[in-house]
Amino acid sequence: MPDYDVCDLPGIVARWGNDPANLVQILRNVQESCGTIPSDTLDRLARLLDVPRVRIEATASFYSFFHAESHGAYEILFSDNVIDRMAGKAELKQYLCERLWLEPRKLSEDGLVFVDDTADIGLADQAPAMLINGFAVPSLDKSRIDLVAELIRARKPLAEWPPMLFEIPDNIRKAGPLAGEPFTPGSALKAALARGAEATLAEVDASNLRGRGGAGFKTATKWASCRKAEGEAHYVVCNADEGEPGTFKDRVLLNSYADLVFEGMAVCARVIGARQGFLYLRGEYRNLLEKLEGVLARRRAAGLLGKNILGEPGFDFDIEIHLGAGAYICGEESALIESLEGKPGKPRNRPPYPDTCGYRNQPTVVNNVETFACAARIAERGGAGFAALGTPQSAGSKLISVSGDCRRPGIYEVPFGVSVRQILIDCGAEDAHAVQVSGPSGTCISFREFDRRIAFEDLPTAGAFMVFSRSRDMFEVARNFTHFFAHESCGFCTPCRVGTSLLRNTMDKLAAGKGSAYDMNEMKHIMHILRGMAHCGLGHTAANPVVQTMEKFPDAYEKRLKRLDFEPAFDLDGALATARLITGRDDEWAHLADD
Amino acid sequence: MTKLKVATCSLAGCFGCHMSLLDIDEKLFDLVQAVEFDRSPITDIKHCGPCDIGIVEGGVCNAENVHVLKEFRRNCRILVAIGACAITGGIPAMRNNVDLWDCFQEVYHYGIGLENGQIPNDPELPLPFDKVHPINEVVRIDYFLPGCPPPADAIWKFLTDLAAGREPKLDYDMLHYD
Amino acid sequence: MTKTFRLDGREIPFKEGQTIIEAAAAAGVYIPHLCHHPEFKPHGSCKLCTVNIGGRLGAACTNHAAEGMAVESETEALNADRRALTQMLFVEGNHFCPSCEKSGNCQLQAVAYHLGMMTPHFPHFYPARDIDASHPDVLLERNRCILCELCVRASRDADGKNVFGIGGRGIRARLIVNSASGRLAETNMSVTDRAAEVCPTGAIIRKRHGFTVPIGQRLYDHHDIATQLPLPARRGEGRGEG
Ligand SMILES: Cc1cc2nc3c(=O)[nH]c(=O)nc-3n(C[C@H](O)[C@H](O)[C@H](O)COP(=O)(O)O)c2cc1C
Ligand code: SF4
Ligand code: SF4
Ligand code: SF4
Ligand code: FES
Repeated sequence: MPDYDVCDLPGIVARWGNDPANLVQILRNVQESCGTIPSDTLDRLARLLDVPRVRIEATASFYSFFHAESHGAYEILFSDNVIDRMAGKAELKQYLCERLWLEPRKLSEDGLVFVDDTADIGLADQAPAMLINGFAVPSLDKSRIDLVAELIRARKPLAEWPPMLFEIPDNIRKAGPLAGEPFTPGSALKAALARGAEATLAEVDASNLRGRGGAGFKTATKWASCRKAEGEAHYVVCNADEGEPGTFKDRVLLNSYADLVFEGMAVCARVIGARQGFLYLRGEYRNLLEKLEGVLARRRAAGLLGKNILGEPGFDFDIEIHLGAGAYICGEESALIESLEGKPGKPRNRPPYPDTCGYRNQPTVVNNVETFACAARIAERGGAGFAALGTPQSAGSKLISVSGDCRRPGIYEVPFGVSVRQILIDCGAEDAHAVQVSGPSGTCISFREFDRRIAFEDLPTAGAFMVFSRSRDMFEVARNFTHFFAHESCGFCTPCRVGTSLLRNTMDKLAAGKGSAYDMNEMKHIMHILRGMAHCGLGHTAANPVVQTMEKFPDAYEKRLKRLDFEPAFDLDGALATARLITGRDDEWAHLADD
Repeated sequence: MTKLKVATCSLAGCFGCHMSLLDIDEKLFDLVQAVEFDRSPITDIKHCGPCDIGIVEGGVCNAENVHVLKEFRRNCRILVAIGACAITGGIPAMRNNVDLWDCFQEVYHYGIGLENGQIPNDPELPLPFDKVHPINEVVRIDYFLPGCPPPADAIWKFLTDLAAGREPKLDYDMLHYD
Repeated sequence: MTKTFRLDGREIPFKEGQTIIEAAAAAGVYIPHLCHHPEFKPHGSCKLCTVNIGGRLGAACTNHAAEGMAVESETEALNADRRALTQMLFVEGNHFCPSCEKSGNCQLQAVAYHLGMMTPHFPHFYPARDIDASHPDVLLERNRCILCELCVRASRDADGKNVFGIGGRGIRARLIVNSASGRLAETNMSVTDRAAEVCPTGAIIRKRHGFTVPIGQRLYDHHDIATQLPLPARRGEGRGEG
C-alpha cells in the first residue's frame, strides 16, 4: 500500500520557488503525495507562502481533484461523458463497486478505495475509461475491472500494476500534413531564425492559420498584437486543457508530436520576444507528464530550449509544465491564466485580453496545442502551402476526434471544408443519426444536415465529433451535457451559476417523467438569459445542447412530457416519504397520487 | 352587473394576509358589492366551486395543502398567490434547513410541557413535506401579490384592477416583501 | 472638449477610464447593479448592470465608456432579463425578508422592487448554508449571500485584512473566512471594518442593530433605489442598521 505520510510541505513549496503563483501546482503535489489536502495543510501553506489562508482555501476548494477528506489508497474516477455511458460505464462502475463491496462516493469501510465519477477524461475513442489516482486507464471491460479489483484487494502499489493497463494508443486513422509527415526537431526553429521574427510572423499571417481551440481567432493577429504590446516580460502559454467532452486530439499531439508543439511555442516566443512559456496540461493527462518532461529535457540538451537557442545569442526560452486539477473552465484562456497564477479558475473581465494583459498582467499569447503544432509546420515550410489546403476562410487541416457509434473511433486529420458525411463514411458510422460537433458547447446536427462542412464558416470545431446512432436517445445526450455544465460552471456570474443548475434540474425532472410544456419554455427562457448575460463562453453555450436537441429531435422531449400545462417542481409523493417513515403511516392520506 | 366570484384560503400561512384583506375597512362594503365569496374563512364554505378569482395565502407544507390548492386551481379562472409564504414559502419555510425528524422530535418529544410524547400516526392529520414550498411550485399561478402581509391598499388595488379586467399594477409604496 | 457617449438616447459626458456605470451615475442616471460599488474595483459578477453596447450585451460596471458609443439600458427587454437574474439570486439562497434585519435597507430587495419582481419565479433551491454567530459584533448569514464579493474586496483593499473569500465553485460557491476553524470570531474582523458595512444584503449584519428603524422610515420603503443617486453620496446605504 502506498505510503501517504510522506508529505514534505517545505520541500514541495521550495520546489515551486516559494511562489504563491504556483499554488495550484503545490496543491497538486500535496494531493498526490499525501492523498488529501487536510485543513491544517492550508494553514501551513499560508505560513510558508505568506498569503492569507482564505486565498489558499479558495483555490483548494475550487478544483475537483483537490479534497480534504481521504479518498483512501485508491481513488477511482469513472469518466462520465455520454460516450462512456453508451459504452457501458454505469454497469462497469456498478460491477467494480460490487466486487469491492463498496458504494460510490463513499470511502470503503477499510478506508482503502473511493469510487466516483468525473467529467470526460479525454479518452472518448477508448471509452469507457477511468482515472486511478489520477492516471488514466482506457478501454474498460469486465476483465479489466476484474484485474483492477484484484490488484486493489492485493493492495499492490500503483507503480507495480501491469503497464498494459495504462497503455493508451493514439488511434490515428487518417493523417495529413500535420500528423502524417516526419518532423525533425529544430527544423522549424532554424527556418524561423534564418527568416527573422518579422518575416516569420508574415509567414504565419500568409498561412491564414486560425486558432484550433474553437474560437478561430487569427493566430498572426494575436501574435502581432502581443509582439507590439509593452511589458516587463512576454509569455507563451500552450492551452492543453482539452476539457471539452469528446475531444482528445491534443492528447495525441502531446503523446506523439510533442516536439512539434514545443517547437511552435518556441517559434512564437521568438516572434513575440518571450523568455518563458507554459504548457497548461489538464490534470487528466497526468500520465503524459514524465514523457513530456523528457521531451523538454531532450530539447534543452539539443539546444532547442534554454539559453541561446540554436546558438543564437540572447534567444532564451524555456517551458514549464503546469497541471490542471479538474476544472473545464480552465480551458478558457483568462481562467487558465488565473489558474497559472495559483487562483481559482474564474474568467477575467475582458478587455483587456491576454495579448496585452495576461500572465502576471504581462503580454501573453495563449494558443491551443494544435495551433502551435500548425505554427511549427508553417515556420518549417512557409505559409503558402498551408493556406493552399482547406477553404479560403479556414486554411489547413484539422484533427478531428471521432467517438461514439462508429467502427473506427480515433483521430482523423482532414482538410477544412470536409463534409460531416465524409467523416462518417471514413469512420464507419453508417447508422449515424446525429453528430455533436465540437462537444457540448458546439453544435448538434441531425442526419438531415450531414452535408454541412467542418469549417469556421459552417461548423467551427475544436475537434470533437461524437456520433450517435438511431438507437440513441438524444434527450439523454443533452441531459448528460447539462450535468456537465452545471458541474463545471465556475460560479462567478449569476446567470451561469444559477442557470446551469436550473437547467440540469429541469432536465432531470423531464427524465423522471414529470415534465410539462411549461418546463420546456422555462428552459428556453434560461437559455436566453445565459446567452445574453453570462460572463464567458461556458455560460453562453451551456444551453445549446438542450435547445438544439429540442429543435432537432422534438420527439425525444415530447414523449417525456407528462402533460402540456404544468407539473409540480418537485415530486409531491416523494416529498412525503420521510414523514411516512417517521410516523409509520401508509394510509391513503399519506400519499399524493398523480392526477 | 354580475358579481365576481371569489374564493380564498390559507395554507401554510398565519391568516395575516386574510387579516390584511379585512383591513381594507370601509372599502370592504364596496368589495362586497362587486364580489361574492365562495369558499373562504370569511364564509366558512368548505369546498371551492367554480370561481373567477382564487386567492391563496400560505405555502404548501403538507399533503392537505396540495389537495386544497389543486381544488382551487381546478375551479378558479385566475389564481392569485398572496403574501410572502405563498410566494417564497415565507416564515414556515425557515424550517427547510431543519431535518424533519428533528422537527417531529421537538414537537412531540422534547417540546416544553411534553412528557412521554408520541409521534401521532392518525390519518386525519395532514402529513408534512420534507420542505415547505411556495404554491407556484405545485400549480400554475396567474398573479403574485407579495408582502408579509401585503398592505390593505395593495390588496384593494390589486383586486379592483383584476375585477375591472386590468393588468394589476402596484405603486412603489405598495410593493413590499415584508 | 469633453467626450460623450449616448445612453438611451441621452448624451453622457465621461472621463477617460470611466466605466459606463460610473459615467452614468455621475450624470444622475441609474443603471441597476448589485456587485458594483463606486469605491471598489469593478467585479462584474451579478450581471444586473448588463446593457446593450452597440448591439452587444456587456456589464456596464466593467466596460469602459468610449466616444460615440451607443448604449441602451432602460429597455423592456433588458429589465425583464435583469428581473430574471434577480429572481435567480432569490431562489439560489434563502431570502425570508419578513425576518431579515436588512429588510427595507437591502439593495437586493430594492433592486427587485425597482424591477417590479412579484415572485422569485424559479424553483427554490433552499440550500443548507451555515450561519456564523461566533463573532461578538458581526453576524454572518450565508443564506442571504449573493456572492458579490464586495466584502472580499473591502476587506482586502480597504481594510487590508483579507477576512473574506469565496470557496467552492458553481452553485456550491460559498462565502469563506480567513480562519482555520472557519469561524468569523477567529479572524481579525472588526465591526468598524469597511467590510462590515459594505454588504448589499443581509448577509453581514452588525449585531444588536437590527430592526431599529421603524417600517416606513427605512431607505427603500418609499424611495426607489434608482432615485438614491448620486452613487458616491450613498455611502451609508450598505450599513447593517436595519
Ligand atoms: C469554457 C471554455 C473552455 C475552453 N477550453 C479550451 C481548451 O480546452 N483548449 C483550448 O485550446 N481552448 C479552449 N477554449 C478557448 C480558449 O479560451 C482560447 O480561445 C484558446 O485557447 C485560444 O487558442 P487558439 O486561438 O489557438 O484556439 C475554451 C474556451 C471556453 C470559453
Ligand atoms: S459563465 Fe459560467 S463559467 Fe463563465 S464566468 Fe460565469 S459562472 Fe463562470
Ligand atoms: S437580504 Fe434582502 S432580500 Fe434577502 S432576506 Fe434580507 S431583505 Fe430580503
Ligand atoms: S457577504 Fe455580502 S458582501 Fe459578501 S459576498 Fe455575500 S452578499 Fe456580497
Ligand atoms: S453591477 Fe455590474 S455585474 Fe454586478
